[in-house]
Amino acid sequence: MAKGISHRRYVSYIDKSREYYGASGYEQPYRWAHYEDVPFSPLTKPLPQCRMGIVTTADQAPRGAPRATRLFAAPNSEGRRLFTEKSWDHEATHTNDPETYLPLARLAEHVEAGHLGALSPRFYGVPTDYSQRLTLEQDAPRIEAWMCEDGVDIALLVPL
Amino acid sequence: VSLVARHLEAAGIPTVIVGSARDIVEECGVPRFLFVDFPLGNPCGKPWNVEMQYKIVGGALELLERAWMPRTTVQRPETWAQGEADERWRERYMWVGDDNRAALAQAGEARRRVQGGRRRGNESEK
Repeated sequence: MAKGISHRRYVSYIDKSREYYGASGYEQPYRWAHYEDVPFSPLTKPLPQCRMGIVTTADQAPRGAPRATRLFAAPNSEGRRLFTEKSWDHEATHTNDPETYLPLARLAEHVEAGHLGALSPRFYGVPTDYSQRLTLEQDAPRIEAWMCEDGVDIALLVPL
Repeated sequence: VSLVARHLEAAGIPTVIVGSARDIVEECGVPRFLFVDFPLGNPCGKPWNVEMQYKIVGGALELLERAWMPRTTVQRPETWAQGEADERWRERYMWVGDDNRAALAQAGEARRRVQGGRRRGNESEK
């Protein structure tokens, strides 16, 4: 058995970012999204009959590009040309292997193995930003519409 | 993406999130969450470790199939550090301490000056 610990091991990013931005002079802490109720849709058919769509927070355009360019649907062949400058741990790791955040090849192997029906021909990008309103009113319905066009049954979402 | 997952789920598309910021995702509340306890950046497995990536992605499929109620979090067994020695990333990320407090305050001040300028230039986004 491994050695026990005396503190929670996993990192609280809510605490960390509050302290970090507080020390940077931002007095009003960010209000993270919080809901009491959570929707739930059970699978209606076996995975080998499902088509999966992947949602990423990586960008199609470099930092500084307008927000609109960060909401996108792109053919899977473009999954190797994304920008990932955003908030991840630049000291501990890197994002040179796209499979670590957009696992198109790994999922294709699961399709090959018969664990999953198919991949959507496109993947979907959604911007991470401060505006929960824009995410709810603009981005989420757009992603849903793209998924419907592509006949997606189930979704994998990977925040960087 | 938690908000997008909730939207898709409500529209009848079952979802699973694979991520490393457990508190943020759970605070929002999502149907299915596969927690990978790694530094931010590689939730689907370590770089170039094809076998690990395949297993983690397989874990996401399994969670989609087997969760029967919302707010189901499953933690993957993979660990980032080989031993106790490199658990330091947990503290190092967004570190605030006596060694950088003054620098952070200064950088924040400079950033707000730039942002203030941009806002006057009709830039609405934070």
